[in-house]
Amino acid sequence: MSHDDHSTALTPEVHDSHVPTHREVEPLADPGLPPHTWRPTDVDPKAEKRAERQIAAMFIAAMIMAVLFVVAYFSFEVGDNWDTFAGMGASTVSLGVTLGLSLLLIGIGIIHLARKLMADAEMVEMRHPAASPQEDRDATIQALTDGLDEAGIGRRPLVRNTMLGAMGVLGLPVVVLLRDLAPGDALDTSKLAHTIWEPEMRLVRDVVGTPILASEIEVGDLINAAPEAMFPTEENGYPELEGAEEQSEKAKGAIIIVRMDPDDITPAKGREKWTVDGIICYSKICTHVGCPISLYERTTHHVLCPCHQSTFDLADAAKVVFGPAARPLPQLPLAVDGEGYLVAQSDFNEPIGASYWEREKQ
Amino acid sequence: MRVLNRTAGRLSRHRRGPLAGLAVLLLGLLISGSLYTAFAPAQATSQASQADQVAQGKELFLASCAFCHGKNGEGIPTVRDGYQIGPSLVGVGAAAVDFQVGTGRMPMASPGAQAPRKAVVFNDEEVAALAAYVASLAPGPAIPNQSDYSIEGLSEEERQEAISRGGQIFLTNCTACHNFNGAGGAMPRGGYAPSLHGVEGKYIYEALLTGPQNMPNFSNGNLSPDEKRDVIAYLDSIEDTPEYAGFALGGLGPVSEGLFAWLAGIGSLVGAAVWIASHTTRSKKSKVNA
Repeated sequence: MSHDDHSTALTPEVHDSHVPTHREVEPLADPGLPPHTWRPTDVDPKAEKRAERQIAAMFIAAMIMAVLFVVAYFSFEVGDNWDTFAGMGASTVSLGVTLGLSLLLIGIGIIHLARKLMADAEMVEMRHPAASPQEDRDATIQALTDGLDEAGIGRRPLVRNTMLGAMGVLGLPVVVLLRDLAPGDALDTSKLAHTIWEPEMRLVRDVVGTPILASEIEVGDLINAAPEAMFPTEENGYPELEGAEEQSEKAKGAIIIVRMDPDDITPAKGREKWTVDGIICYSKICTHVGCPISLYERTTHHVLCPCHQSTFDLADAAKVVFGPAARPLPQLPLAVDGEGYLVAQSDFNEPIGASYWEREKQ
Repeated sequence: MRVLNRTAGRLSRHRRGPLAGLAVLLLGLLISGSLYTAFAPAQATSQASQADQVAQGKELFLASCAFCHGKNGEGIPTVRDGYQIGPSLVGVGAAAVDFQVGTGRMPMASPGAQAPRKAVVFNDEEVAALAAYVASLAPGPAIPNQSDYSIEGLSEEERQEAISRGGQIFLTNCTACHNFNGAGGAMPRGGYAPSLHGVEGKYIYEALLTGPQNMPNFSNGNLSPDEKRDVIAYLDSIEDTPEYAGFALGGLGPVSEGLFAWLAGIGSLVGAAVWIASHTTRSKKSKVNA
C-alpha cells in the first residue's frame, strides 16, 4: 500500500478480480476519509528521537525486572517473611511485582511503538464476498464428480456397501479393547448394590471412630458417621482394608444420623421399626450424582446437596422436595445393641448413590 | 533477729501502758475491716445474685423477649410457612441465651430467615441475668468455662494434635455450611451460615452445644467436649495461617476468585485498551517532505 498523498480523500483500491470494480451511483456522494493529521513524532525529529528513547528505556527496564525476578527467586524463601508488605510475603510480592512489571513494560513499550512511531495512515479495503468465485466452485464440483465416476463406486453398489461395512465393523475391536480398560470387576453391578454395612455393625463418628450411645443424642443433633468396619481394631475384629477397596467402602458407607421429635417423623411403609426413638439414619451420598451431603437444617429437617441443590426431607423418608435428584436417600435401619450403642439392622435395602442402568432391575 | 527481738522487747515494755488497749483495738478493727472489704462483698453479691438475678432477668425478659417468646418463655404457637415465630425457650439453657443475646442476634430487629449478628443490646450483667432467668425455666446447657474451649493448659505437642484433630472434625461436620475456611455460606430461603472468623471460642462452643436457629446441635453425646475444644483450636489456628499468595478474597473458593479475575482483571484490561485507543496526540503541522 502506498499513499503518497494522505491529505486527499482516498479512493478504494481494488485487489481481487471479483470485487465489483464500479459501485452503483449512490444518492449521496461518498465523502471519503477526512484529511490525515500528523502526530508530533511524524513531523518533529526531536519528538521522534524522544519516543525512540522512551521505548528503548521501557524494554531495558523490562530486562532489569526479569533479572530482578531471578534474583528475588533465589534470595527469598516462600515460607519466610510472610507478612512483609500489607500482609503479603516478601517472596510473593517481589516475584509478582518484578515479573508483572517486566511483562507490563514490554507491553507498554510495544503499544508506545505502535502509537508513536509505526505508520498510522488510514486505508480502505473493500469487503470481499463470502463465496468463492463461480468458476472456482464449478471446477471443484467437476473434479469431485470426475473422481467418483473414475472410481466407479456409484456403479458398483457391492463394492461400496462392503467397503462401508468393513469400516463399520472395524469399530468392534475398538469397543472390545476399550471395555477391557475398566478394572476387572467394574462391570459387576452387584458391587454397586451393596455396602459394607451388615447386621449388628456399630455406627461410629466419622474421623474419630467412636461408637454412639443412643441415649446421649439430643433432639436436633446431626452426626456425620461411618461404619465401624472402617475403623478396624483388634477389639472389634474387622479386617484392615487398603487402597481402592478402602476408599470405595468409605465412600459408600458414609451416613448421616439425626435425631428429631419422634412425632415429626412420617415413616415410609415398612420402615416403622427402622428408627430408635426419633434417631434416624440415611446414606450421606446424594442420589443425583453422588456428592456427600450434610447441609442439614434442624427446623425444617431438610438436607441440601451443595452440588445441585437437591433437597431431601429427612422427616418424610428423605423424599426429594427440590432439585434434580430422582429418588429419596436410602435409609439405614437402626437398632440399639446390648450396651446401648447404635447399630445397623442390616445393609441398605437399595443401592446408594447415583442411578445406573441396571439399578431398577435389582 | 536481734533487731526483731529488740523491737519486740520495746513493744513488750509498753504492753501495759495506758494506750495499749486502744491501739490493739484499733489494729483489730483495721484488720477485720480490710479483710471484710476484701472478701465479703463477693459473697454478698453472689448470694444476692442467686436471689435477684433471676428476678432481674425476668423483668428484662418481659420487656424485651416476651413479645415473641411468651410471658413465661413458652413460645408463641403461631406457625407461618412451617416455622414457629417465637420458639419455646424452656430447656434451651443459659448457653443459648449467652450466645443469642451476647452476640446481638437477639432481640431480633425483625422476624426473618436469618438472625444476623449485630450490636449487642444488653450489658454483660443483663445478659447474665437473662441467662439465669431462662436457665431457671428448665435445665439446659450451661455457659461453658474458659477451660472448656481453650487449649491454654496443653503442651505444645498436645496443641498440635488438638488442632489437626479439630481440623478433621471441622472438615467432616462443619464445612457443608460454614465453608472449608470457616467463611460461611448461603443457605436455603434467604438464610446464610455466618462466617466463623473472629468469633470468640465461647460463642462457637455455645453454638455447637445449643444449635442456634437452623444449625443442628453438636451436643456432648455427639461431639465430646474435647472434640468441640479441638474444633475451636483449629478455627483459631486457621486465622493465624499466613496467606502466602496474597489476598484471600473472603476465602470463598474458586467462584469468588474466578469472578474477581473475570470482572476486575479482564474488565480493567478492556478498560485500559479502550483508553489507549481513544487517546492520541495530533500535531497541527503537516509533514514538510510529504
